[in-house]
Amino acid sequence: MKRRFINGLMTALCGLALLLALVPLVSLLWLVISHGFKGLSWDFFTQLPAPVGETGGGVANAIAGTLYIVGIACLIGVPLGVGAGVFLAERGDTPVGDAIRFTAEVLSGVPSIVVGIVAYGLVVLPMRRFSALAGGVALAVLMVPTLARSTEELVRLVPGALREASLALGVPQWRTSLRVVLRTALGGIMTAILLGVARAAGETAPLLFTALNNQYWNWRADQPTASLTVQIFNYAVSPYQDWHDKAWSAALVLLLLVGTLSLGGRLLSRSRVR
Amino acid sequence: MSAPPRLQEAQPRRVNLPDRAWTVVLTVLGLAVLGVAAIIIAELLRIGGPALRHTGLVAFVTTSIWDVTRDVFGAAPFIYGTLVTSIVALLIALPVSLGLALFLTEMAPASVRSIVSFPIALLAGIPSVVHGLWGLFVLVPILRHLIEPLLANTLGFLPLFQGPQIGLGYLAAGVILAVMILPTITSIAIEVLQTVPGSLREAALALGATRWEAIRTAVLPYARAGIVGASMLGLGRALGETMAVTMVIGNSPTIRASLFAPGYTLPAVIANEFAEASGEMHTSALAALGLLLFAVTVGLNIAARLLVRMSRRGPARVAA
Repeated sequence: MKRRFINGLMTALCGLALLLALVPLVSLLWLVISHGFKGLSWDFFTQLPAPVGETGGGVANAIAGTLYIVGIACLIGVPLGVGAGVFLAERGDTPVGDAIRFTAEVLSGVPSIVVGIVAYGLVVLPMRRFSALAGGVALAVLMVPTLARSTEELVRLVPGALREASLALGVPQWRTSLRVVLRTALGGIMTAILLGVARAAGETAPLLFTALNNQYWNWRADQPTASLTVQIFNYAVSPYQDWHDKAWSAALVLLLLVGTLSLGGRLLSRSRVR
Repeated sequence: MSAPPRLQEAQPRRVNLPDRAWTVVLTVLGLAVLGVAAIIIAELLRIGGPALRHTGLVAFVTTSIWDVTRDVFGAAPFIYGTLVTSIVALLIALPVSLGLALFLTEMAPASVRSIVSFPIALLAGIPSVVHGLWGLFVLVPILRHLIEPLLANTLGFLPLFQGPQIGLGYLAAGVILAVMILPTITSIAIEVLQTVPGSLREAALALGATRWEAIRTAVLPYARAGIVGASMLGLGRALGETMAVTMVIGNSPTIRASLFAPGYTLPAVIANEFAEASGEMHTSALAALGLLLFAVTVGLNIAARLLVRMSRRGPARVAA
């Protein structure tokens, strides 16, 4: 009887853990939606931030800035990450490959703020100013390890018979890699890229002292650029109620952006796998 | 992958040239990962070096006065705050995520598992700054008005739970970190638990063990190394987590015993001061904090990955 009781107790406790884990999630989502929805308006998506004391205004430049910085990050990070992943899958069964694989795993655990310092040293110091490019470099460094690992796994899933068939037809290796192997894995790789982009768009810490912030529109890669995440942070820690409301609304926009990207990624991979 | 090289030999030379180029391109991209790691270390040393030489490594990590106007850099309060908040986070998150992982792998039907795995992935994808927003406007008031008075009234004899209850502080940071590392630990723990051979579980059950006894005697011992690894990865995330902590820690460079007191962490001070550093030495000191953080998290990660790998391979020697 006692043993049955303990069994039931532990099962109940483990079930309780599920509830405990879901409480903050549900609370967070509910509050972001309920607080954030009030502030959403056409202006919020199209206007520049209003100065202190004035109501209205939006975060249009921050939304654009996030997309801009993430775009730069993709230009740098995607070729590097995917290329490294293909290398690991096709030429990686060596000690060097093992070392790269392990390095990528460990790099994915490096705090993003540390990567921010590195981008500061690489880009901000030589250019002597904060810039979208610096933010993009930081996010790219964060994308590469995860992208490399998932690309490797996806390329390894491509059936060997496909590769061999292509080689047997006399297609050179590089074309086989590009046209047959990469093409087959493309759906999955797109998913991995979208998930990486979603993660990058949600990063704040590495942007604080690389892209900094900007109250105006900016499309120059060598100028400070606003981002949704940094804007949320500045609004949240400000003493103004109006800015707190804006922080919630901007957080809702950010969640929608990140959610759409990762959901899109997941749907993409589902439709490809069939 | 032994077939392609033989084919390569059979082909005429001029076809080989693009193939060689392709190999070179791939190799360069692969080695770039190692390059990135090298650049991270080199840059941190380059920027952080001057402050470390100025202060001395031992004084830097053991003294507790941080006065940037006089170039006095003592990182002890930040190190203390980082450790305390991460340990609080792990103490809260580990039992919950282990319970959750056991519930999902050992107890719940498969349908529940597939339903629940989505919100857990969702939780992992929520940006840190949004966690911080929630922490600042929801968690902190709850702590101030409800949890902290409760803890002070019941466990107030411990120095951990004394002092003014303002909500912002080590406890708030620890709780928000727990929420953030929960998905990390849970997903790796699930991965580890799934590698436990069914025969072990079945053998225990066949001997008359209840489900919990089978978990305790057969499943957990087998998965122990992997679970330790999972918690170390969670700890690594907690140590380096920046935004949410910066928003709820209270930003006070002091060392206090009470969990209710405001403190400061390594990432938080970097986040707050880096963009407006008062001079090159200040920037350098902040980068040195980053170097410290990098060294600790990388060390933890290497150890954790090795443990998870070992436990994936089977009943690890460390687990026996």
